[in-house]
Amino acid sequence: MNEAQITEKVIALVTPYVKNREALAHVTKDTTFLGDLGINSARLVDIVLAFEDEFGIEVSDDAADSIATVGDAVKLIGTLTA
Amino acid sequence: MVNSDTNERVVITGLGVLAPNGHGLDAYEAALRGGVSGIRFIPKLAEQNFACQVGGVPQGVDEIKGAYLGADDLLAMNDAMIYAAIAGIDCWRDAGLRAIGPDAAVDWDTGAIIGTGIGGMQTIGERLIPTVDKGRVRRLGSTMVEQVMCSAVSAKLGGLLALGGQTTTNSSACTTGTEAVIDAYHKIRTRQIARMIAGGAEGASHYTWSGFDAMKVLNSQSNDAPERASRPMSATAAGFVPGSGAGMLMLESLTSAQRRGARIYAEVIGGQVNSGGQRDGGSMTAPNPDGVVRCIRAALAGAGIEPGDVDAINGHLTATFADPHELENWRRALDVEAARLPPINATKSMIGHALGAAGALEAVATVLQLHHGFLHGSINCEDLHPKIEPFRASVVDRTRPFTGRIIAKSSFGFGDVNGCVVFRRWSH
Repeated sequence: MNEAQITEKVIALVTPYVKNREALAHVTKDTTFLGDLGINSARLVDIVLAFEDEFGIEVSDDAADSIATVGDAVKLIGTLTA
Repeated sequence: MVNSDTNERVVITGLGVLAPNGHGLDAYEAALRGGVSGIRFIPKLAEQNFACQVGGVPQGVDEIKGAYLGADDLLAMNDAMIYAAIAGIDCWRDAGLRAIGPDAAVDWDTGAIIGTGIGGMQTIGERLIPTVDKGRVRRLGSTMVEQVMCSAVSAKLGGLLALGGQTTTNSSACTTGTEAVIDAYHKIRTRQIARMIAGGAEGASHYTWSGFDAMKVLNSQSNDAPERASRPMSATAAGFVPGSGAGMLMLESLTSAQRRGARIYAEVIGGQVNSGGQRDGGSMTAPNPDGVVRCIRAALAGAGIEPGDVDAINGHLTATFADPHELENWRRALDVEAARLPPINATKSMIGHALGAAGALEAVATVLQLHHGFLHGSINCEDLHPKIEPFRASVVDRTRPFTGRIIAKSSFGFGDVNGCVVFRRWSH
């Protein structure tokens, strides 16, 4: 799976949690989950579970804590699925 | 100590209802007038070997919930919360208050007391216990606590509406919904707040209903005739039918209602909750008759009315052995001959027993009857219970016009707890 495919899936998985719907229209790898997309910080737990299910990976707590932007998530998932 | 001269009058300025036989005030009123049952065969109950395989569940919720709630909201809401949100938002809009949404400012003048009986049992049964028992706690995600905490139903609604007043959940078994109305009434009456959304919500989970089925208090005799299954006051009453849904009432000080020119449905003039102490015939599951009589009399005294002023009664009347006792307790409380008891009806005959939501759904029915001038018929009591025969003239078995001014609504619950609230047709 290439980076573009992972990015597309990441955006689809976080979409239900996004409060700032307008921000979805112009997501870049620097888009932050909490600040830009307005996702409730408590829901990051659920988003990581969704990543695990979708990509068949296991994300450690430390790795999960390092995810701030869409780019962070895509990079982490790319590493874990490589 | 509150000086009684300074007490506020409390009026109802908004209603919301999501019932097994109708969503919204027009649909619910039409169903009540038409004797429409919301009781249906529930396949899940048959699959799980319940003796009672019928129940009352609001219809079409999946189709409408997206119009009330965002995708992110729905990821963390069980049925009880969704029911509370739909009826609560309807109530808020019906009261003519400001637009809702993430940009709405906090309304410091409105609170909520939304009760529930069994709360987040659906979430506990379907997700929490199976996941924890597999040793996969981490897989629960972040949404468990907010769905299983007792106050889930009020907390979510409080956020959706941006309520700044006390936002809480009460729980007193089947008295819950009525107790919420009474508690809200006292808060507004004593000027602690201008408005409270009062009500109750109960989900439709088979886990919630299982314990009642095992107690053999549900009707297992009418699985092939769901609409005839809920039979309050009937000789063939064989237990209650579990129900679900949510009812909400916007209680408001008269001062606040008049200041903003709100439409007024009715006035709450009194209310009392008590317990029979589980003595003298009372137990965990049955009311002490003296407790019931005291509760009703205290509610009337608090309302400043005489027993003879009660024009109609909306009963608790679940279709168990307790129905004849309830009528007798009302007779004693009002100190009248059986034949002179005010007209009495049982909303549960059409919606079943919605547990923590029951009192609220029935309070909405009561206010609609007062406001629109009718008493709905109780269905399925053609064969009146022999012990209720002396009250035959008082049993409202078909819908009729109503010109009375005062309806008292009672609820009783496990724990030997009682509630009675008194509504009056609105007039200056």
